[in-house]
Amino acid sequence: MTHLPILPLLIPLFTGALLAMLPRQALTLGRSVSLAAVLAQIPLAAWLVIRTQAGPLVYALGNWPAPFGIVLVADRLAAILLFTTAVLAAAALVYALRGDDTQGRGFHSLFQFQMLGVNGAFLTGDLFNLFVFFEILLIASYALLLHGRTSERVRAGLHYVLINIAGSSFFLISLGALYAIAGTLNMADLSRRMAALPATDAPLVAAAGSLLTVVFCLKAAAFPLYFWLPRAYSSAAAPVAAVFAVLTKVGLYAILRVNVLIFGPEAGALSGLVFDWLWIAALLTIAAGAIGVLAADSLSRLIAYLVVVSAGTIAAGIALGNREALAATLYYLVHSTWIAGALFLLSGEISRLRGGDTADRLVAGPRLPRPMLLGGLFLAAAVSAAGLPPLSGFFAKLFLLSAAPSGWATLGLYGAVLGGSLPVIVALGRAGSALWWRHDAAQAPAAGCDAVRLAAAAALLIAGVLLVVFAEPLWTSLEAAAAEVMDTQGYIRAVLPAVSGGST
Amino acid sequence: MELLYAILLGVLTACGVYLVLRARTFPVVVGLTLLSYAVNLFLFAAGRLHTGAPPVIGRAPAYTDPLPQALVLTAIVIGFALTAFALILSLRALGASGHDRVDDRKEKP
Repeated sequence: MTHLPILPLLIPLFTGALLAMLPRQALTLGRSVSLAAVLAQIPLAAWLVIRTQAGPLVYALGNWPAPFGIVLVADRLAAILLFTTAVLAAAALVYALRGDDTQGRGFHSLFQFQMLGVNGAFLTGDLFNLFVFFEILLIASYALLLHGRTSERVRAGLHYVLINIAGSSFFLISLGALYAIAGTLNMADLSRRMAALPATDAPLVAAAGSLLTVVFCLKAAAFPLYFWLPRAYSSAAAPVAAVFAVLTKVGLYAILRVNVLIFGPEAGALSGLVFDWLWIAALLTIAAGAIGVLAADSLSRLIAYLVVVSAGTIAAGIALGNREALAATLYYLVHSTWIAGALFLLSGEISRLRGGDTADRLVAGPRLPRPMLLGGLFLAAAVSAAGLPPLSGFFAKLFLLSAAPSGWATLGLYGAVLGGSLPVIVALGRAGSALWWRHDAAQAPAAGCDAVRLAAAAALLIAGVLLVVFAEPLWTSLEAAAAEVMDTQGYIRAVLPAVSGGST
Repeated sequence: MELLYAILLGVLTACGVYLVLRARTFPVVVGLTLLSYAVNLFLFAAGRLHTGAPPVIGRAPAYTDPLPQALVLTAIVIGFALTAFALILSLRALGASGHDRVDDRKEKP
């Protein structure tokens, strides 16, 4: 048994614990250890992507075989998401090293625990373990949100914490109900048992499964459960907000995994349990996000609403439920995570340069330095986020729209995605012109672009460009990942070789 | 016993939900605590209610499922930590804004 799948958990776990014990004076040491640990995740995740081409890697913790022990399952999808997270986290951490990490205590250790939670949620093959990793990433995110606390952050943080605690209670209720009926929380085992479920238990399982999806929708910020997001994300420090761009994706990943695996085609009456209303919720999320983008009065709030729009688009792609749409959704997911991260980092730097009351509010402020460089980066990020050619956003939307099946679904998807793009273009154009072209002559021009901070944002944008350059091999790999996710029997065979009749 | 247990869970949940819907932080935190009690008891009951049965298969005609107890233990630890965190946070919010309303509406005189 290879120990590769557990490394993305062990590295942040031990680094985080080590960093928590370091004295505050050892700042340089702490920074280098933290950076090394995050950078090490990139080749590790890349190696996982290569290794999983041959099939899912299943790691039984403590060597207890599933379904009795907890398993980690690294398949193509998990490996791709780990890689996405690692690249985003590396850029955010490099940005944070320029001073954001010393505004409060324990930034680096919390950052590592955040990575632990996200990686764990992507890798685990057990529902209760998924709950635990969700809690780890949430607890780290509560503390990170309050990092460098201001009173606005405390208020936003309180909302975020309370709504997520309530969400966790519902998560546990649905887990309890599923366990009471099926007697297992291993996802592969649950999937196997759904096929042989007595008809009398079906309504209860349907209720538990729907509740589970509602909880994931809360984490993913789907309509109507997105109200916490704009305030929390826009008040967080820039590198923290950039990492938060992946948190909604964890919720969307959980929706995908649970619904395809447990309520897949073999689940009889329960198959495709939530897809009908998830579809409607997804379209409404795009609409709500687009309206929010238009109404936003600051750049960070605008980007937070862009995260809502992208969550809606991904949820719509998941709800379409075919292989090609799923591959397109994964492409969109990777693109939107990186671009949202880049935008948050840029907005943090703009806010720092303008300073004072203006910060990143979309009003006339001091003249920004290096307009070609800073403005060019913003333009590239905006073009990509709005889905204009030639950057990754255009290809992501193109793939998604061409994957829509004919009929009403196409009409809804085209309407929402294209209709949602227009407000996004308008709002981003307005934001750009407010930031660069409207000056307040009374204020002294801002000076001193930070090259490292800009480089961190630019790295994410370049990663987005690489998505376009390598679109064809990437598409093949994403299609294989989507096919693997849809192949529930293959997943069950990999996790439970003994019960499904393979060699023991 | 099942009926009593179910009624208890219902009452706890109802009280919790009522308190969560109040617009002040302290009742909300207490409400979330009640809700998490209800959830923990519910998880415990997911293994069915037995008295005097060992958690071992084959030693007695009935057995207790030990797994929900392990789940409850994890849930209690997480829930307790979160409650403490939420309390500290609401105290900070009270200190920062001078009122304990969860919405930012001004207090009526």
